[in-house]
Amino acid sequence: MSLLSPKEVKLLTNPLNIDNPITTQVLGICSALAVTVKLKPAFVLAISVIAVLTIANVVVSLLRNAIPNRIRIIVQLVVIASLVILVDQVLKAYVYDISKQLSVFVGLIITNCIIMGRLEAFALGNKPWPSFLDGLGNGAGYGVILLIVAFFRELFGSGTVWDYPVFENIGLYSIGYVNNGLMILPPMALIVVGIIIWIQRHYSRELIEK
Amino acid sequence: MDGLRKIVDQLKPTFSKGGKLAKLESTFEAFETFLFVPNKTTHVGAHVRDYMDLKRTMVIVVLAMIPALLFGMYNVGLQHSISIGETWSIMDSFLFGLIKVLPIIVVSYVTGLGIEFAFAQVRHHEVNEGFLVSGMLIPLIVPVDVPLWMVALATAFAVIIGKEVFGGTGMNIVNPALTARAFLFFAYPAQMSGDKIWVEGLSQGEGIVDGYSGATALAEAAAGNMQNLPSVAEMFFGTIIGSIGETSTFAILIGALILLYTGVGNWKIMLSFVVGGFLMGTLLNVFATDTNPYMSLPAYQHLFLGGFAFGAVFMITDPVTAAQTERGKWIYGFLGGFIAILVRVVNPAYPEGVMLAILLVNVFAPLIDYYVVKGHVKRRMKRFAVKA
Repeated sequence: MSLLSPKEVKLLTNPLNIDNPITTQVLGICSALAVTVKLKPAFVLAISVIAVLTIANVVVSLLRNAIPNRIRIIVQLVVIASLVILVDQVLKAYVYDISKQLSVFVGLIITNCIIMGRLEAFALGNKPWPSFLDGLGNGAGYGVILLIVAFFRELFGSGTVWDYPVFENIGLYSIGYVNNGLMILPPMALIVVGIIIWIQRHYSRELIEK
Repeated sequence: MDGLRKIVDQLKPTFSKGGKLAKLESTFEAFETFLFVPNKTTHVGAHVRDYMDLKRTMVIVVLAMIPALLFGMYNVGLQHSISIGETWSIMDSFLFGLIKVLPIIVVSYVTGLGIEFAFAQVRHHEVNEGFLVSGMLIPLIVPVDVPLWMVALATAFAVIIGKEVFGGTGMNIVNPALTARAFLFFAYPAQMSGDKIWVEGLSQGEGIVDGYSGATALAEAAAGNMQNLPSVAEMFFGTIIGSIGETSTFAILIGALILLYTGVGNWKIMLSFVVGGFLMGTLLNVFATDTNPYMSLPAYQHLFLGGFAFGAVFMITDPVTAAQTERGKWIYGFLGGFIAILVRVVNPAYPEGVMLAILLVNVFAPLIDYYVVKGHVKRRMKRFAVKA
């Protein structure tokens, strides 16, 4: 027997593709627009969200039989908020510069719809192990889109990848190339996400609404 | 003509279903309908039919742009000769401009039509002819110094993101040509604004006359240098600095006459756009203060400056993105003109507001239509209720 049952594998892989939090469920868009100007902050935020989502999913799943239904939202918020504060402190301690760039968006993980959505939709009704996988999968699905968007925005907006000056080194500027200023503005993030959705639906036809 | 028809008919089976080149059916169909009015007839229901199909409508709009284009070419040469302190004949100026402008037109058409044909092929549609107009509009609204690869990129962006994602010609929400302009404006601000880019050769700085400024009239006005503005006659006839086709209100008016005479352009939208702009200009005059001399620029001069006339005749009247209801057209045009002048004078970041204003009302058009229709329904319901 393999490590994960087929059902568990699906928990991990579906959010990466046909059940992606950003491109299919259209959650967590705000942060996807705000932090994807460069790869580094996008990567750090993606890791933070994965950490918060996975742990919160497990914690809420453990508590699921103890939480009174009427105050479940508040309990979930307390869990998420404490985790976000932890993440924020860790970032400040180890990657201060990026933490400053991300500024308010680390704190805003609390209001990231993906986290609340997964807690409500999954962790409250499932055991800790599947909840852990679900959190990991959805966090990764979110992170993948963030990284793709950030890659294109950094490449065409600043001409760099992970702060490495690609376009300068292959000599694009000397033949008259100019960085695209629109890529740095948030509207372009929306358009890039739109293009990703377009490509995804081209390959997964079942996602197209009637 | 008969000979041509014969050739087309002979080629047809090759491109039809089952033929060797069936894959290129839409391309073939496009060229056939360029040459001949389609002979397809509808079988069901009653249809009003005449020769004014989309292709021929578009050709008239392109024709209407020719005066502005020709004058723009002449003006490119004229402005260049002024900047280097020489006096050129009309023909010399025109030829100079022709050589500078033609590549922009070619790039715009090749990129845009290439993408249109590709999409039509993949989706098995007919090739949409909407780009005939956009492809001519784009060169007219860019500065002459714009790098060609930027034109190509902006055109591609406008056709794909502005039009094809919504389903092609007739489905787009915002005007594709203005989308291209807005893309250039935000993506490459250094190449699309300032006082170096409007006159050919100025950015290289070759043999420029001392003290020459390549700033547009709008930039001068925004900076408060009212004494540097061109005379009213210069504004009207267009011997001023600006994007290629936008400077001459006179040439644009000739185009407007063609559009109105043939009924292709909508006079309600044009008129209300001008009225809106004029009213905003007048309002600004009334509230003008000494600290902002721009506000006291006579309202009628606003109509001659920048892209206002061009926007009024060729941009806001685009039937796809305009409001569809009759009352909606009045509101739509008026809002456009009103906001254009407001942005132009009050917002210091954007010396010209016509592009942004038209894009904004493009987005509002469906909402305007919705409420106009709802208003009609409400009124009729009332009438009905009284009688009952």
